Amino acid sequence: MMNRLLDIFTSLRLTVVCLAFSLVLVLVGTLAQVDEGLYQAQERYFKSWYVWGITISNQKLPIVFPGGYLIGAVLLLNLLAAHAQRFHFSWKKAGILMTHAGLILLLLGQLFTDLLSRESQMRMARGETKNYSEDSQASELVLISPAKDNADEDEVVSIPESMLREGAKITHANLPFTLQVKKYWRNSSISSKPREGAIMAGATHGPGQGVNILPKSPVTAMDEVNLPSALIEIDGGKDSLGRWLVSSQSSAKQTFEYGGKKWQIAMRFSRYYLPFSLTLLELRHDIYKGTEIPRNFSSRIQLANPSAKEERETLIYMNNPLRYGGLTFYQHQMTSEEMAQQFGVSPSSTLQVVRNPGWLTPYLACLLVALGLFYQFGAHLIQFLRKRVS
Amino acid sequence: MATEQKTKSWPRWLPWVIVGVFALELLLALRPARSKGEIDIAGFGRLPVLLNGRVQPLDSVARNALLQIRGNTDVPLEGNAAGGRWGNLADFHKAKVGSFSERKWHQFGRRAKKLKPTEWLMEVLIRPEDSDQRFVFLIHHPELLAELNFERLGLEKSGLRYFTFRDLQPQLKLIEDRGRTVAEIKPELRTPYEKAVMQLGNALQIYLRLKISLQPNSLRPDGKDFDAELADLRAAIPAGLEAIRKQQSGDSYDKEAFARLLALAEPYGVMADRGYLLMIPPADPKKLPDDWSKMGVALLNSIRSGEVPPTAYAYAKMSSAYAMDDGAAFKEGLSMHQRAFAGPLDRETGKAIKEHYFNHYQPFLRSQIIYLVALILACFSWLNLSQWLNRSAFYLVLLGLVTHTSGIIFRMYIEDRPPVTNLYSSAIFVGWGASVLGAVLERIYRNGIGSVTAAAVGFITLIIASHLALGGDTMEMMRAVLDTNFWLATHVVVITLGYSATFLAGFLALVYILRGVLTRSLDAATGTSLSRMVYGIVCFATLFSLVGTVLGGIWADQSWGRFWGWDPKENGALLIVIWNATILHARWGGMIKDRGLMNMALFGNIITAFSWFGVNMLGIGLHSYGFMDAAFKWIAIFTASQLLLIAIGSVPLRLWGSAAALDKSSPGSKPAA
Repeated sequence: MMNRLLDIFTSLRLTVVCLAFSLVLVLVGTLAQVDEGLYQAQERYFKSWYVWGITISNQKLPIVFPGGYLIGAVLLLNLLAAHAQRFHFSWKKAGILMTHAGLILLLLGQLFTDLLSRESQMRMARGETKNYSEDSQASELVLISPAKDNADEDEVVSIPESMLREGAKITHANLPFTLQVKKYWRNSSISSKPREGAIMAGATHGPGQGVNILPKSPVTAMDEVNLPSALIEIDGGKDSLGRWLVSSQSSAKQTFEYGGKKWQIAMRFSRYYLPFSLTLLELRHDIYKGTEIPRNFSSRIQLANPSAKEERETLIYMNNPLRYGGLTFYQHQMTSEEMAQQFGVSPSSTLQVVRNPGWLTPYLACLLVALGLFYQFGAHLIQFLRKRVS
Repeated sequence: MATEQKTKSWPRWLPWVIVGVFALELLLALRPARSKGEIDIAGFGRLPVLLNGRVQPLDSVARNALLQIRGNTDVPLEGNAAGGRWGNLADFHKAKVGSFSERKWHQFGRRAKKLKPTEWLMEVLIRPEDSDQRFVFLIHHPELLAELNFERLGLEKSGLRYFTFRDLQPQLKLIEDRGRTVAEIKPELRTPYEKAVMQLGNALQIYLRLKISLQPNSLRPDGKDFDAELADLRAAIPAGLEAIRKQQSGDSYDKEAFARLLALAEPYGVMADRGYLLMIPPADPKKLPDDWSKMGVALLNSIRSGEVPPTAYAYAKMSSAYAMDDGAAFKEGLSMHQRAFAGPLDRETGKAIKEHYFNHYQPFLRSQIIYLVALILACFSWLNLSQWLNRSAFYLVLLGLVTHTSGIIFRMYIEDRPPVTNLYSSAIFVGWGASVLGAVLERIYRNGIGSVTAAAVGFITLIIASHLALGGDTMEMMRAVLDTNFWLATHVVVITLGYSATFLAGFLALVYILRGVLTRSLDAATGTSLSRMVYGIVCFATLFSLVGTVLGGIWADQSWGRFWGWDPKENGALLIVIWNATILHARWGGMIKDRGLMNMALFGNIITAFSWFGVNMLGIGLHSYGFMDAAFKWIAIFTASQLLLIAIGSVPLRLWGSAAALDKSSPGSKPAA
């Protein structure tokens, strides 16, 4: 029994079956993107153990299929088992060994990236300095007690969006009051103008009183963003202070007073603070003369890290990110001078900020795979040619 | 080897003569273009302008415009009328003889007079009343033809119909209205009729904009001579400007001078707004190398500054000389242009001359023809197993490769880019890679199989490329994310070689199956050698597609911040890697023998076609800049044909035509990994 299992796990037959499954999975997962959007398809097909229901040209087929994790895991097991049992090191097989080592490194590296990497954005108007990036996929409810004159930092209580559920009561050691979530919308848009389908949120305080809210279904596409909103009641224990409407759409702070102390409340995209700051000095969006083809996007950045006594200028453009402090800053989006004029906003540049401790693994893996295959097939070819000559 | 046993005596020099004829033709094509008539048309075709964000010769402008309007680059002037009459098409059109057609392929005695691309462009720019009567607008959708009342009209060629601008003029409003409705529909949702409407609208746009790129004569009822017009302009500026100034400050002014200048300048505004070409070079090319301007803009500026740029004078001189068919004056205009460009604009002039030379040389068309001849010879060599045919085919493949390679290198030199920059150049490079590998196989095995595959894949991919060129400029500028020679040279080249190898393996498999099933010629030795070839090429394909895909991931990491995003194009590349790996592992595990290997290699063709073109049709993801839709039908046909071949290959061995030949010795050669 044990031996049979071992035979199966070390067999090339299993490899071929797994490869065939992965071929179908990649194909199906690619076609599904047309209907499901890239983000959802990625989660459902590739970053999962099994897939329940497959979408092909808008038809949902009730099929259970192994997901990316399962196929990857079995392949990995198969590879390791086969090498452990069958392979003994020989120069003849060194290339195959190297190629497979490279593949293992690549797969593990991607697994770590999946688990450890974090993406956020940094949007800066020209001249603006920021020491944090924002996660457009997640929002937070913040309560801020502004700093006194002699202290330099505000005290901030941040409540992640995942805790905001209708009817939830939120208490925190640093908050002298309770927050009651009266309403919560995963995605919404707020406006002061009346619109079809929009409702009054029911705020009793702050600018939220005058606006209506249009609930929207959550979006999954990569380039779309959910704008959550919530109606929060602040409960001082004996009586309610009132209800405030907060939304990631505006992220404006609304002020109230409790126990003789000033407080601010706001909903905003989750922030990751950096131990240094970036200033956008200049942004460029060039197009080729007489066309609409973008030629270049670039942001000239001033980097300031007082603790390391570092201060320098750097240029970030397509294919040339800034790597600093374990983070990588990529040129992402841009509101050019012309667009800004057209829409009456200030020109700004958005950097994609990625923390990925495993970013070097693909480079190493590529080297191993390339060398391994070159060695193996090269040796094979030379041997073959020699035979033909003789 | 079977072929060697049957060697008959054949003249050793015969293959050399055959290849020599083609080589001679090639050498003759390398001479620079010269104009036959009075007017130096080639000289005009070499003049640099800015279009699509790049400096290019007018000859390229003409070719690309014709490709987009007509679908090919020659404009015929003569053809057949009903009743077998041969003559001038414009005359037939005037006489309303009904339907008439271009020269038919079997009319060997006839040679239709044609306008070369530059000649056509000169007519459009300078003598629009002539160009309005050329049959350049291709309309092929029956519904659109019916709507325009164009059935049975126009110039016919192989079922396609071409019309003149005069024909279309009464219908411009209708076409514009339809175009506006269609423009609101997403490109991927448009029906063939709607696509035809858009295409015609686009062709008309280009034509109308070209007509007002050089001079305003088509905008003026009196249609002035351009040289005379510029002289008038120069004379009218001082008094006119003075009058304008006075009029603006409220003083009394010279109404006549005011009106004269305004009347002159009025069409310049239209030219500045709608003109197609940026013909006037930057005043300060060192500082602002891209600061080219349209003729209309330059003329409006000259009213302000009082000075007409020398390039405008040069064009005016050429324009008037061409209109009067005065070769000497035209030459003078050309040298005025040269003087205006001498010095800081030498680089631009040089670039245009090089590209003009390349257009004239047409390396890809030439290698396409050579491959075709090689393919025919190699196929014949299988029929009668004749060595001289085989050898001639191989030499021709090599000559085709030399031409093909020279074209790729020339393009790289002009563009200052690695070989693959867009779908068009990827087709050219895929063919090149496969042909090189095929030639190497032929060198090793000398059984004609390498020649056949090299010639066939080279020929087919070059045909695909020439269809992809119909989209217009194939040397367009690279958008920001692609603007990196390092990644274009590594990732793109390596992955494209992976495509080449996968296609070549598939094509070798096709040879195996067709010869095995349909003929008796596939003996055990040939079968084994084909199997070895496919195996070796699949190894090569695995290496290149795997390394290329990982390199692509690294590029994505550099530009977007993630190594792998499951984007359709990335997945397409991954599919090729997985499939090649599957083939190799199945072979190593003894799960497939020769026939299984062949069928799997054929399936690789489908996967590569999907990855190369299919994913672009999904219209999603970051890579969708390569979007194209017309090829969908062809992908479907190709996929069906490959599936059919796999079905044929799955027919039990005993029913194969070569069953007996294959059976003589054991076919299963199991290669060591």
